[in-house]
Amino acid sequence: MSMNRGGRPTSAQGGGSSDSPTFTGNRALMIEEPLLFEVGDISKTGVDLDEPEAHDSRLGSLARSEIGLPGLTEPEVMRHYVRLSQKNFAIDAGIYPLGSCTMKHNPRLNEKMARLPGFGDIHPLQPQSSVQGALELIDTLAAWLLELTGMAGVAMSPKAGAHGEFCGMAAIKAAQLAKGDARSVVLVPESAHGTNPATAALLGYKVRDVPAREDGTVSPDAVKEALGPDVAAIMLTNPNTCGLFERDIVAIADAVHEAGAYFYCDGANFTAIVGKAKPGDLGVDCMHINLHKTFSTPHGGGGPGSGPVVFSDAIAPYAPVPYVVRNGEEFTLVETAGAAKGAKPFGRQTAFHGQMGMFVRALAYMMSHGCDGLRQASEDAVLNANYVRAGLRDVMTQPFGDRVCMHEVLFDDSFLKDTGVTTLDFAKAMIDEGFHPMTMYFPLVVHGAMLIEPTESESKASLDQFIAALRDLVRAAKGNDKERLTGAPHHAPWARLDETRAARQPVLRWSPEKPAEAAE
Amino acid sequence: MRYLPLTDADRQSMLATIGVQDIGELFADIPQDVRLKELVDLPRRAGEMDVERQLGAMAARNTSASSVPFFVGCGAYKHHVPASVDHLIQRSEFLTAYTPYQPEVSQGTLQVLFEFQTQVAMLTGMEVANASMYDGSTACGEAVLMAQRLTRRTRAVLSGGLHPQYRNVVEMLADLTEFPLHALSADPAGDEDLIGAIDDETACVVVQSPDVFGRVRDLSAISAAAHEKGALLIAVVTEVVSLGALKPPGEMGADIVAAEGQSIGVGLNFGGPYVGLLATQRKFTRQMPGRVCGETVDANGKRGFVLTLSTREQHIRREKATSNICTNSGLCALAFTIHLSLLGEAGLMRLARINHANAVVLADALSGIKDVELVTPAFFNEFTIRVPGKGIDTVEALARKGVLGGVPAARLAPDQAGLDDLIIVAATEVNSADDRETYVKALQEVLS
Repeated sequence: MSMNRGGRPTSAQGGGSSDSPTFTGNRALMIEEPLLFEVGDISKTGVDLDEPEAHDSRLGSLARSEIGLPGLTEPEVMRHYVRLSQKNFAIDAGIYPLGSCTMKHNPRLNEKMARLPGFGDIHPLQPQSSVQGALELIDTLAAWLLELTGMAGVAMSPKAGAHGEFCGMAAIKAAQLAKGDARSVVLVPESAHGTNPATAALLGYKVRDVPAREDGTVSPDAVKEALGPDVAAIMLTNPNTCGLFERDIVAIADAVHEAGAYFYCDGANFTAIVGKAKPGDLGVDCMHINLHKTFSTPHGGGGPGSGPVVFSDAIAPYAPVPYVVRNGEEFTLVETAGAAKGAKPFGRQTAFHGQMGMFVRALAYMMSHGCDGLRQASEDAVLNANYVRAGLRDVMTQPFGDRVCMHEVLFDDSFLKDTGVTTLDFAKAMIDEGFHPMTMYFPLVVHGAMLIEPTESESKASLDQFIAALRDLVRAAKGNDKERLTGAPHHAPWARLDETRAARQPVLRWSPEKPAEAAE
Repeated sequence: MRYLPLTDADRQSMLATIGVQDIGELFADIPQDVRLKELVDLPRRAGEMDVERQLGAMAARNTSASSVPFFVGCGAYKHHVPASVDHLIQRSEFLTAYTPYQPEVSQGTLQVLFEFQTQVAMLTGMEVANASMYDGSTACGEAVLMAQRLTRRTRAVLSGGLHPQYRNVVEMLADLTEFPLHALSADPAGDEDLIGAIDDETACVVVQSPDVFGRVRDLSAISAAAHEKGALLIAVVTEVVSLGALKPPGEMGADIVAAEGQSIGVGLNFGGPYVGLLATQRKFTRQMPGRVCGETVDANGKRGFVLTLSTREQHIRREKATSNICTNSGLCALAFTIHLSLLGEAGLMRLARINHANAVVLADALSGIKDVELVTPAFFNEFTIRVPGKGIDTVEALARKGVLGGVPAARLAPDQAGLDDLIIVAATEVNSADDRETYVKALQEVLS
């Protein structure tokens, strides 16, 4: 139960100054909720089912007698999960400026479309003749992605960004093996997302760092220096994780190709350049597209994502199965490597055909925007990020000087020097102001990094309030009001959580024998 | 544009504040010669009604599972999902939140994940579970890699009863990360010698039950044999409702369970998104892939939850991480947890009995048809029949009669011998007696 200690409110709805305890521990709209296992009952169920028909069991000796799972009736389930939902911040509640995560608005039309029985209630292994419209949708989305990226081929099945990275790098590996040109090293700039080196390592590659130059971008010279006959590919994020467009990207791609290597572009930040430039024109060989970022499929508290990968001519034949082939008005799904005519797929990455539910949402988003709206969205995203930069540049510090950014703006912690306030404190204080914190301590190359991505979904009024609040936090950090930051959050339903304890004595489940506190 | 809040006046005043003349200056880092001068070659913006019309037309060309007698399974199953599940997962606070990196304002998602991990552990009979994987097939692939880390061996043995597309995922990993794989031939008759395939180099043996043909298997002897050789048993479950009726893998010596959770809470969705379950023993926790949620306290001593054991993960460990996974399947895990909370033990066990009963009644009726043979004597809610001629042709002929009668085994593994005349048939609680009768009649007509 929540009780105030240390004389400060623990509740967002606590009215700010009131610290009088309540009998229940609840704070008006913020209601404490135990675990399912503490409120449920194994004899209860919220689903009414008929008696099974008479039958002779065919389970042999393998029948199960007990599980231990508690159940709840429907009204209890509604309350349990509604109360839990109220303990989450969400895009629909306020600005969620997580850099490189692209927390843009999730249109509800897309939810409605994904739930049409013709999309949501069809089986991946029905006869293909009974799912022609579904195959048409996949083919249509693929065509949009190819036009927006200027690439030659696409694999739709990867389930998320990292799965897409694996897909692209696997296709590159397969292409080189097919040429009898096995290579062992992948170049990854230090500013890269952790999935890049992890993906390369998973495929057996050694990772070689490429340093950034002083302005936060990668120089063609540094790449040339790192290239050699052992280098299979470079994995480069563009726009990069510092929020900057790699302005020498074409020269980098040329150098990579000259060395017989390929260019994997991490498309996590594609949202900044949709309709403004095509990766195919930049010399990219593979790029994954996070449909859950750029094309607004909901993040859902950590997935499901969807990470289709587009390919250049050189790599496209090695794309995995399955894929859809269009023949006039008829669509065929190629499901096995043996059935792939004229191609050399590297294999299959997942059962079935990819994240169809996400495809429907992404296509609904794209069709709603159209070519004009997609470009406008990118422009607004970049405009909003630069507006935040302009509003904060005189009070916060930028690691590479005050220069135009793309869809996200990067600050470092120099402005907090000697204040005793850290990036973490600053981020947690944003919670008290009603904002989700920005991405912090990433990219790793910048000390105390704070990466802010407002997206195109924010109005000017919303940004003005955000900027004013951050300016006030800077003032507090530099003045006599540090406790506002160092102890933050003060107004969230939970104070800071002890992550060290969680990792040292992992309690990963509720346990029936003992109270959960002592389960491990 | 209805999703873009900025007005033209806002844009002008913001550009002035930034100190640039026009939006083009903000894109100046893109080299001039690759900057697009024109709009890309795609349709212009469309209103809600227009999008609904266009996508609705595509949707209408598909035969939905609820609209016909439906018996298709093989790793994805048509079950009834209570209305409250879909209502709850569409709450903004769940739907539009990110991965819960800021636990003070993410306890809703985190407590759900803790409940999910507990439910998965209970259901599989294992000690711990992670916060979900992309789907069952990728969970299976990750389980093999996990077993390799734990045993410091590389050879994997796959049962011929493993779903062929799961097998393809492991084959792809074996090809590209170069480890030895011993995959047994497709095994509809259930007489493979799996134990004989386990040697001293083996990291893991992967067995599915109920297997892709529907056969339920006792894993005890296989796990004992694997452990004797220092190998681990990975149990795969593609129909998780079966765990309401069958002894769980944890009680038969499984070291890792990789399962598809779609049957509980998640619709068919033409194959995705689904939710992969990965459960194991406590001692193997630190080699588990993927996100994990753990219990802790806040600065005031109040119980709360956080993502934990992140030193396994790519954002900390980079190239030394246990996997490259960043995302789980959060919203599908939520749907799973809510649906399973509604079912509870009592509901799940009854649901499983209904599934089994419907399958037994259907199997008996179908195998009563002349020249149709039941191949799998022990099964849960899915079984395999042998028909005269090609299974693919029979399934197509049934579809023309308005019955989606199952999956021809040869569709999944065209390169495997002996599957041409087999059809894998699933029955669940959604099938009425009328549906079954329609199926039997249609099959009689097709075969006569």
